[in-house]
Amino acid sequence: MIPELGHFSLVLAFVLALVQAVVPMVGAARNNPSMMAVARPAARGQFVFVVFAFGCLTWAFMNSDFSVALAARNSHSDTPMIYRITGVWGNHEGSLLLWAMALSLWTVAVTVFSRHIPDAFLARVIGVLGCVSTGFLAFLLATSNPFSRLLPGAAEGRDLNPLLQDPGMIIHPPLLYMGYVGFAVAFAFAIAALLSGRMDAAWARWSRPWTTVAWVFLTVGIAVGSAWAYYELGWGGWWFWDPVENASFMPWLLGTALIHSLAVTEKRGAFRSWTVLLAIGAFSLSLLGTFLVRSGVITSVHAFATDPARGLFIIGLLVLVIGASLLLFAWRAPTLSGGGSFGLVSRETTLLGNNVLLAVVSASVLLGTLYPLFLDALNLGKISVGPPYFQAVFVPLMTPVVVLMMFGPYLRWKSDAAGAVARRLAPAGIASLLIGIGIAVAIGHFTWRTTLGLTLAAWVVLASLQLLGSRLRERAGASMSSRLSTIPAAWWGMWTAHFGVGIFIIGVTLVGSIDANLDVRMKAGEQIDFAGYHFVLRGVDSVPGPNYDASRATIELSREGRAVGVLQPEKRVYRAMGMPMTEAALDIGPFRDVYVSLGEQLPEGDWIVSLHRKPFISWIWAGCLLMALGGVLAVADRRYRRLAERQMPASAMQQAV
Amino acid sequence: MKAKFLVPLFLFLVLVGFLGFGLTLDPREVPSPLIDKPAPAFRLARLDTPEQTFALDEMKGKVWLLNVWASWCVACRQEHPVLVDLARSGVVPIVGLNYKEVRGDGEIDARGLALEVETAQAIERARGWLNTHGNPYNLSVLDIDGRVGIDFGVYGVPETFLIDRDGRIRYKQIGPVTPENLKKVLLPMIEELKRAG
Amino acid sequence: MRVDRFRYCGRFMLVALTVGALALSAPPASAADEAGVATPVVADQALEDQVQELSHKLRCLVCQNQSIAESHAPLAVDLRNQVREQLAAGKSEDDVLTYLVDRYGDFVLYEPPFKAITLLLWGGPAVLLLGGAGWLALRLRRRQIEAAAQRHLTDAERARARSMLAGESPATADRPSAEEPRS
Repeated sequence: MIPELGHFSLVLAFVLALVQAVVPMVGAARNNPSMMAVARPAARGQFVFVVFAFGCLTWAFMNSDFSVALAARNSHSDTPMIYRITGVWGNHEGSLLLWAMALSLWTVAVTVFSRHIPDAFLARVIGVLGCVSTGFLAFLLATSNPFSRLLPGAAEGRDLNPLLQDPGMIIHPPLLYMGYVGFAVAFAFAIAALLSGRMDAAWARWSRPWTTVAWVFLTVGIAVGSAWAYYELGWGGWWFWDPVENASFMPWLLGTALIHSLAVTEKRGAFRSWTVLLAIGAFSLSLLGTFLVRSGVITSVHAFATDPARGLFIIGLLVLVIGASLLLFAWRAPTLSGGGSFGLVSRETTLLGNNVLLAVVSASVLLGTLYPLFLDALNLGKISVGPPYFQAVFVPLMTPVVVLMMFGPYLRWKSDAAGAVARRLAPAGIASLLIGIGIAVAIGHFTWRTTLGLTLAAWVVLASLQLLGSRLRERAGASMSSRLSTIPAAWWGMWTAHFGVGIFIIGVTLVGSIDANLDVRMKAGEQIDFAGYHFVLRGVDSVPGPNYDASRATIELSREGRAVGVLQPEKRVYRAMGMPMTEAALDIGPFRDVYVSLGEQLPEGDWIVSLHRKPFISWIWAGCLLMALGGVLAVADRRYRRLAERQMPASAMQQAV
Repeated sequence: MKAKFLVPLFLFLVLVGFLGFGLTLDPREVPSPLIDKPAPAFRLARLDTPEQTFALDEMKGKVWLLNVWASWCVACRQEHPVLVDLARSGVVPIVGLNYKEVRGDGEIDARGLALEVETAQAIERARGWLNTHGNPYNLSVLDIDGRVGIDFGVYGVPETFLIDRDGRIRYKQIGPVTPENLKKVLLPMIEELKRAG
Repeated sequence: MRVDRFRYCGRFMLVALTVGALALSAPPASAADEAGVATPVVADQALEDQVQELSHKLRCLVCQNQSIAESHAPLAVDLRNQVREQLAAGKSEDDVLTYLVDRYGDFVLYEPPFKAITLLLWGGPAVLLLGGAGWLALRLRRRQIEAAAQRHLTDAERARARSMLAGESPATADRPSAEEPRS
């Protein structure tokens, strides 16, 4: 009964989404206030029904109702409760429902935090979001009903894929989807702006915080996914340029360009058509990612069971949503021109330059991801495009981005003198080159890649510190606390996010150049010295888990006679699927992770143990978190809280970046 | 409407065209680079008389099929009746390449097994399977370690190669031979190759 | 059959440590056992590093989103052993790659070879970069021209203001030039 209620609730949500898509839009076009007023209640009602449907599905999973086909395929009565719940989104139908729920959550958030936005504009925003909701709910109901029943019901479920029975599964997909779907809000603002012809600084100001929050979710979501892969994998890789990873990375790149472009549009009125195009592009790439995961056109580890009918449906949806918005863009964008003028050397120029570079990077990632498909479609053979290609393309393209990134904040809006800025930053530039070469030689890994990475990282860190210093010197007479308090949160956000990029590069470079690995065969009581650490295998015990049987090794880790910790890597066999898995054990440190995974047992009785030392790996995620924190700070800026006042003191606007 | 603003739309439509076409393709199927190239030479022990070997050039002058199979391969059971029927019709000789009979079976821990022991097991298992399911092969050979399989670019079982009179590979069927593709692809090609000689 | 073929797939599966590596190069275990010191799986770590590095560039045909270094599929194990054997026999990395490409095609290479059909792939990013840079340059130049024109207009306005001050009536068609947004 409850699954049927869920299904019915989903149908109601679809109807409300349709209302939300049509009525406010018509109202805005006819300037009919009562029709526009439908936007808020329709969006909220839709949210209630989607959440209820999601709750019903979760109930079926929690109570192991294996008459629901989805639960029978993705759950098991022995599965721990938390993975029964996360199992809801560990499959195509449930994850799509999560997608729809995230979208309606964003929509409700827009209805709540939008009192300062004119009704007609808001009606269009909600209407556009309603269109997207309608499309996805229709997709769910037509091709991917999560509530379909098994007749007769299964006695026992097949269990959630053991790969997904991990804490990463609890947070990674929700965060990632909140990010993906969040770009729908930026998209809706852009479309509403195109429809209403209201493409001014106000539009940019309204959509900026939404875009930044979505970007923060996406950043954290990607970072969590990467960390998950790192510790689950057994050999410590953290990014694979898998098509589906790329599908989340491309919107991130364009989203990054978008939040910077919005800054210029808000402050200087420039780049308007470009900003709109980026907003459409970022969301389009999110949709494309959804298509790639679910259609089967590309093989990927993340791909769900595929079905051409679903692929066809999503293609139709892509054509409707993206095609229509690009058509609208082609129609309306030519009317957007002008904006504030700026000189060749100005903050605008560096931002536009980086925007173009980021767009080129994401286009290149797209090219690499889809190129095998192009060739196959043209019957020119099958090739593979993998990490070596992406690294070869990514590093040279991102290098100027990182260099320019530090110039931007030093340059004034409108125009600046090239010579003065170059002179100010020259010492940092030279110092970072020396540091880069010096460290690369010192760690005995003097390759161009390591040197480049370290130089860029040093450049970001030094230029950031110098920027902070000069900012603090601005009000020479005042006390330090008052100097700090006059710096707006948005500036701190920019500074933190850029600094995070530096931290990220340090992690990537060092783990890529000086990580160490040794595979040994060990018996209980045996020991080995590796990378400055002493490992003793105390024994391997059989440990039953709730739905798996594990062999758990106990390894004592010490350094120079002092105990560091006890590591317990496991090798598990999940009973329902008979699938073996490794659970690596980590000793996480600020400057290195010691990473141990248990391989197979040899016929002679000893075990293969894989030992890794990963220098600075946590800096990768620390860097990502700093970037996300930067986004949070930017959104927390006071001027957004005073948005209702509309009129802003010019001084506050100028300070913030 | 200025033309340059239509560029994104145009690019998007091209992309969608490819994506739509992509739905009709199977990204997992990897075409063989060996098509129209001489089949890699091999000499392997025969399943029926293991003390004798069989070499590729013994089939010179004939159009024939090389079918890769193993008793642990579930999909082979599906194609087997098709092969048995084909063999009965006598259209084309079929040589079986028994691929990693023992060590390929995920259920068995073949580590540390001596080669002679493994070979003996393979023969017993393979013969048993053919006795149960019928033997469509003129003869089968034993590829114990899968090395010949690698030479043929085998990446899953079953696979079937059509080889012409000059010993060149003309077609590769990835996955089980079905009555449909036998009728639509394999048999017409076989007829043509026979006529050509 | 799908299930059959791809059942070993799954990125997060077992560490792909191979028995093949042992068979080939394990030192006698007894010597190390006496000291209670664990034995490295491979005797020749330099060779193993080379095998690993090369294997990471090769795509597994069974689990198609893994390299043969990561994959646990039996074919990946076989191919890894081939790589190891051939490198140990003194063959160059190119020889090994040729060996695999001859059998499985360009599909096995994660780094696509540079040839006619991959021209757009390898050249694409450069073309995009040049296109982007060209577009940027064009736009910035046009902006300079526009800015200059705006200054012109301002001059005209100044002239108009002067004439207004001189007592003439303002022209009706005039409106201010593209308004700069508040900042």
